Amino acid sequence: MSAQAAPGDKPLGQSPLASVLPVAVLFTATACFLLPLWYLFVASTKSQGDLTTTAGLWFSDMQFGTNVADTVTRDGGIFWTWLLNSLLYAVGGAAVGTVIAAMAGYALSKYAFRGREVVFNTILAGVLVPATALALPIFLIFAKVGMTNTYWSVLLPSLVSPFGVYLARIYITSSVPDALIEAGRLDGAGEYRIFFGLVIHLLKPALVTIFLFQFIVIWNNFFLPLIMLTDRKLFPITLGLYTWNSQALQDPTLATAVLTGSLLSVVPIIIAFLMLQRFWRSGLGAGGVKG
Amino acid sequence: MSVQTANRATAAATATPSRAQRRSERRAIIGFLAPFGTLFLLFYLLPIGYSFVRSFFVTERDGAFGPARDAWGGLSNYAQAISDPALLSSVGRVLLFGVVQVPVMLIIAMLFALILDSSLARLKRFFRLSYFVPYAVPVVIGTIVWGFLFTPGLGPVADFFPVDFLGDGWVLWSIAIIVTWTYAGYNMLIMHSNLQAIDRDIYEAAHVDGATNWQIALRIKIPLIRDAVILTGVFSIIGTLQLFTEPQVLRSISTSISSTYTPNLLVFTAASGNAYNYAAALSFLLAAATAVLSFLFLKFSERWAQ
Repeated sequence: MSAQAAPGDKPLGQSPLASVLPVAVLFTATACFLLPLWYLFVASTKSQGDLTTTAGLWFSDMQFGTNVADTVTRDGGIFWTWLLNSLLYAVGGAAVGTVIAAMAGYALSKYAFRGREVVFNTILAGVLVPATALALPIFLIFAKVGMTNTYWSVLLPSLVSPFGVYLARIYITSSVPDALIEAGRLDGAGEYRIFFGLVIHLLKPALVTIFLFQFIVIWNNFFLPLIMLTDRKLFPITLGLYTWNSQALQDPTLATAVLTGSLLSVVPIIIAFLMLQRFWRSGLGAGGVKG
Repeated sequence: MSVQTANRATAAATATPSRAQRRSERRAIIGFLAPFGTLFLLFYLLPIGYSFVRSFFVTERDGAFGPARDAWGGLSNYAQAISDPALLSSVGRVLLFGVVQVPVMLIIAMLFALILDSSLARLKRFFRLSYFVPYAVPVVIGTIVWGFLFTPGLGPVADFFPVDFLGDGWVLWSIAIIVTWTYAGYNMLIMHSNLQAIDRDIYEAAHVDGATNWQIALRIKIPLIRDAVILTGVFSIIGTLQLFTEPQVLRSISTSISSTYTPNLLVFTAASGNAYNYAAALSFLLAAATAVLSFLFLKFSERWAQ
């Protein structure tokens, strides 16, 4: 934050072009990055007719209320079901996933045992395995035990976050002092008491970061629910809007519902994202420490 | 082990843990690892092993309409895969995509990280957020919106540029635009938060030695955040190989995207046609190819590090 751009910046800093150009570039980029969201916002206020006949980037007749009402009542109000499902998958999956990742990270950081590095490296290799390459065999396994097309078939695979274990281990190694654990032992606390009663309080920033990463991954998940689920009532919002969008060619009235539904589902996430921004940065910084 | 009087008790406790304590520690290790370990086994290791095993089986029928059953097929799925023109062209397509899109995106991310790092303290937050926001939008929804933008008569982007965004020649690059839009800001944030961690006295010293801002960026900043750049490169390569959501969503409005457009679409199509064994072989090949490419990239970057 200091005045580090100032110290008599050689010839480069003196020409007006050199100081204006970066700002112009940054503003142009902002416009490009926000354009689709602006379009989404504007389009969800328009009637289906206006969508094709008026300029895309500015408002015409305000129809937002009508569109929202149409979106949330369509197909017997299934929009709410989809949204709740997404919340269930993402909040439930990320919450449980974060705790078990932190436990595993703790064991791999604070206990010395044979094979520890092998276990850690295997988990780390898991970060490199694309989720979509796992989705099909997971489907085949669930099919064997007759569990496809259930909440569990999407929820259970979502609990595993190797990246979470990686982040937890780095964080615990660097910020949980061994002396604290020893002190707990001398006080006669059991190993689990030490972790859940003492250590976990030090981990809060890391836990939030891991939770956020996993939440976004699950909220974004598309391939797994697509092949796993056939019952529309179990769909997450992404899959639901996808099916509406695929039908929009046959039923053009769906176009406004798709756009309005997209806006409604995206706004809370964006707000949460922006509010929790500092946790992202610390997590992404930690991810870069070791590569 | 140093035995200072002050913490003799602690040192003694670590040096000679009682047998009971050692046993309770061992139990704790298992307890802490078991929940994650079990799920990792079930949903990472088992599926990989299972798709590997299934890939050696073929589906056989008694006559044309008899019930299907699995029979040992040796390497026949793999033989079918490497001679499958659909697989070859889908792999070629994502490689072409990756060779162009990944460097372009990372250069954009790097450029913005550097600009943000070197100026404009006040607006920094605003710019950083505006680039990162697309990452908060689920890929399905982002692609749906871009689909509208790319549709002639409906979307302003299609109306502004005289380009057939959803046609044969362009649709791959339209997907590249969507992917870049989604992840450039995310990669920028990784690079930027690493740049912020650098001690600024280094730049001061370089300035005194007469280095220009350009030289500082190229010779000091970029080499210092090398690890972050490598990390974003690996994640981008993995992402490119598993490209699925964007083409799958765009398929409903573009006839130029076939059902075998990317390797993952091919897996999906094979599985939808109940060719599970073949799909399993493809999944395994894809996982293996991803691991090999990531590994090669890491090795290659190590050489850059020296």
